Amino acid sequence: MNYETVIGLEIHAELATKTKIYCGCKNEFGGEPNTHTCPVCTGMPGSLPVLNKKVVDYAICAGLAMNCEITRYGKQDRKNYFYPDLPKAYQISQFDLPVCHDGYVDIEVDGKTKRIGITRIHIEEDAGKLIHDDYSGTSLVDYNRCGVPLIEIVTEPDIRSSEEAKIFLDTLKSILEYTEVSDCKMQEGSLRCDVNVSIRPEGETEFGTRCEMKNVNSFSAAVRSMDYEVKRQIEIVEAGGEIVQETRRWDDTKGVSVLMRTKEDAHDYRYFPEPDLLPIIISDEWIEAVRSRLPELPAERRARYINEYGLTEYDASVITTSKKTSDYFEECVKSGCDPKSASNWLMGDITRYLNEKELEPSDIPFTAKQLASLLSLIQKGTISNSAAKKVLVKMFEEPDDPEKLVEKLGLVQVSDEGALKQMVDDVLAANPQSIVDYKAGRDRAIGFLVGQIMKASKGKANPQMINKLLKEALDNM
Amino acid sequence: MKFYELTAHEVRDLIKNKEASSVEVTKSVLERIDAVEDKIESYVTVLKDEAIAQAEKVDKKIASGEETGALAGVPMALKDNMCTKNILTTCSSKMLYNFKPPYNATVAEKLQKSDAVLVGKANMDEFAMGSSTENSYFKKTKNPYDLTKVPGGSSGGSAACVAADEAIFSLGSDTGGSIRQPAAFCGCVGLKPTYGAVSRFGLIAFASSLDQIGPMTKDVEDCALILNEIVGHDKNDSTSVKREYPDFTKALTGDVSDIKIGVPDEYFGEGINCEVKDAVLGAVKNLENSGAKADSCALPLNEYALPAYYMISSAEASSNLARFDGVKYGFRAEKFENLIDLYAQTRSEGFGDEVKRRIMIGTYALSSGYYDAYYKKAQQVRTLVMQDFEKAFEKYDCLITPTAPMTAFGIGEKTSDPLQMYLADICTVSVNIAGLPAIVIPCGYDKCGMPIGVQIIGKPFGEADILRTAHLLEKTITKIRPNL
Amino acid sequence: MKISKEEVFHVAKLARLNLTDSEAEKLSIDMESIIGFADKLNELDTEGVVPTAHAIPVSNAFREDEVVPSYENELIIQNAPHAEDGCFVVPRVVE
Repeated sequence: MNYETVIGLEIHAELATKTKIYCGCKNEFGGEPNTHTCPVCTGMPGSLPVLNKKVVDYAICAGLAMNCEITRYGKQDRKNYFYPDLPKAYQISQFDLPVCHDGYVDIEVDGKTKRIGITRIHIEEDAGKLIHDDYSGTSLVDYNRCGVPLIEIVTEPDIRSSEEAKIFLDTLKSILEYTEVSDCKMQEGSLRCDVNVSIRPEGETEFGTRCEMKNVNSFSAAVRSMDYEVKRQIEIVEAGGEIVQETRRWDDTKGVSVLMRTKEDAHDYRYFPEPDLLPIIISDEWIEAVRSRLPELPAERRARYINEYGLTEYDASVITTSKKTSDYFEECVKSGCDPKSASNWLMGDITRYLNEKELEPSDIPFTAKQLASLLSLIQKGTISNSAAKKVLVKMFEEPDDPEKLVEKLGLVQVSDEGALKQMVDDVLAANPQSIVDYKAGRDRAIGFLVGQIMKASKGKANPQMINKLLKEALDNM
Repeated sequence: MKFYELTAHEVRDLIKNKEASSVEVTKSVLERIDAVEDKIESYVTVLKDEAIAQAEKVDKKIASGEETGALAGVPMALKDNMCTKNILTTCSSKMLYNFKPPYNATVAEKLQKSDAVLVGKANMDEFAMGSSTENSYFKKTKNPYDLTKVPGGSSGGSAACVAADEAIFSLGSDTGGSIRQPAAFCGCVGLKPTYGAVSRFGLIAFASSLDQIGPMTKDVEDCALILNEIVGHDKNDSTSVKREYPDFTKALTGDVSDIKIGVPDEYFGEGINCEVKDAVLGAVKNLENSGAKADSCALPLNEYALPAYYMISSAEASSNLARFDGVKYGFRAEKFENLIDLYAQTRSEGFGDEVKRRIMIGTYALSSGYYDAYYKKAQQVRTLVMQDFEKAFEKYDCLITPTAPMTAFGIGEKTSDPLQMYLADICTVSVNIAGLPAIVIPCGYDKCGMPIGVQIIGKPFGEADILRTAHLLEKTITKIRPNL
Repeated sequence: MKISKEEVFHVAKLARLNLTDSEAEKLSIDMESIIGFADKLNELDTEGVVPTAHAIPVSNAFREDEVVPSYENELIIQNAPHAEDGCFVVPRVVE
């Protein structure tokens, strides 16, 4: 039997505020344990929370970018449970009146647009961190992250494969980046997700029983956990078993999920309205003020790149996925670059270098202007394409103007006809067999000869000119 | 002169006029504590050296001609659920037996700015849960009028120390009557301000939507004076209200001819002691004689306020007290097998019976399947109770009622049946449910000489009116001091 | 309203309280009488009544996104029953 996969996601994104959600402590990754803390975020007796207005601003902003309705009368609620990373033994979150609800995000799947529903976006506080020490049998508690503002984005069960989920997550990440709601630093855990998976026989309209997967720390891990879960559920059903609603923990190093708790031991969170905080009333003016500050979103940008710059749909998508890359691209174009070659370089060599070194687009050490000059050096014929690749690597290592690096590396292309003619004559004299081959109609001989010249010139010879001169010389023989 | 017997405004004037120094008054109060504290047991912590040091500082300020606060040099006490920086703050619980907060509650900060002198932290029912101060982990405070009787609660220490002249004034906190009922039992003045008038920042929460800090004093003028110092919006407390607050001492005009008083029948029915009823109605008469208009009225939903109160307050408490788990501060059990056991063992050993009972009730009321029937229902009834008051306040400026159905009861008399103890709060809880201000002053004494307190309830932010009414009423009552 | 001992133990587990059998017994009686008293609320028709969470009708209390200096680590952990390396210490958490 064929099965259809049904996936819903809950994504937690840390907001890019300067301070925490309920106190003035810095919202900053790292630091010595319990140094970005105060009585409020460590839950000291008598302390009270006061909501950071920017958090609501950002939540509205994310909601508008995801086509949500904004809740005019909202409130915050307490979610009660005991855990050492939660110093008050309750998390302040939102239960029934989240800041945003009923929105959607369009994603591109195989060239077609698919709409993923957004059930809700609510604000809440992050928990602290536990450092486990097996040797002493203890865990150390650090509250620096406690009270960092989060939005939780909950999707409808509209996703039908792990590939779609990956595209959705990438799209979502770029929306959050564009709106600057979150810095989306994956390695710092500022974007995390829980995954809900169920399967059903193809054609069935009722949903199957779902399992929730926790502890999914990267998008690629999310994909792996979904694939694993789908396989696990199909195996159970095929063996005549029944799926049980449960929460499972994804272990990415082992590539397996393990049972955390069944429906029966599900937590009773005892949600109730947070009495220390007042209702959040959001006016039209507030919403419009946030809307007016909304930047151009990735989908809009993509359309513009296709129409204005003539990029292909694929290239426009890739370039706009990361706001940093896209901003960089625009600066290149502004500095006089041909959009097509700027996008080729960004998607090609630059991305490859970043990936190899596990860097982010924001880590590019040279300016867009410098990249633009490099590309104009190619266009003018000052350096060859292959020489430019060498210069690029150098630009990553010792960022400087490409002109200077070209000189330093001695890569200026030889385009002087006299010098090139000499090289052609030399190589022909040294390779009589190739002449014979050429005359016999074997075109490959030309390639060989060009290669020999490039080698002799240490790559500096202008390959187009060499080609032309060689052909002339051979045909005149 | 026995300085300790004086009121805050009297002490303030003496010090301002350099007829006495703060050190003299403070020493007098400390000596009084030495003399009677063994009998009364008002305090969890007495801050002798700190108090004298602070008094010296104030005296120096005065000597050097520096400007001083409105309570310069006046010795006072804080209920032990208000955080005081580096000073033990226990909530009268084993759970916080060693807790020294790294910060001051806003009220503590404000009184420090007013140059008041903190002499001690007053005993209370554990985490403010109780009506007799018998639920303190440390000691049972006695009623200064009869040492075999309770001082009321939960601010029993705050009331007893003022009544016994162990402090010139004190602050209490009131969630369901915890300022007013002990004020009534101990014959002093207690004011619960409108919810949001005084910052709760640094008040260790019992029930966040009901808790409010207020003054406990020897007379109404002091009450207005202290309220002036602690009232106002605090950026650290989201529920504190931004508005203009008047100078309450200016409200005490001695004229009540424009005041319309409602006397709700429901507060005088079955279960209310006759002597209490007579004294309170006598007080109303006195006010009428002074020109106020009085009329009986109805608050039909009053009886529902009590169950609603117990559901709401216990639910909030169950969550507020979840943070006491032996990890960050206070008591930790010695023996435990794992993390969950550390929590459970610490909480079982650290909390007293009454606190555990309320946590259990609150957890139950919020738990899956019961939320709508109990918590949500109580919040809906809360809406109706508020509407009841709104309707009454369309006609009246204030409402006058008893504070408790009876005068102070004997120590140990009501500890066996928790529900009977809860029923003693019948006259006070609806005020918290509706967030209203209310003042209690003595209006007579029963045949055993125990004080009877009258409660004057005001409109939201109507503190000035109830202070004015109480101030005039106070003049018609002869006060009897406890004989210690 | 009947509240069984099992229910009492369940609620105690949620509240992280260890109860002895006799404590649970006593609590089931107390809770029954207090919750039973709360059943009085059902006498009132509250259909369509908006629940009140705050007695005073105020809203939108915010702070600006401005940094306030944090506390010294020492002050944060000074009351901890067990602290090490600037952290609170708990028994190894088994996830």
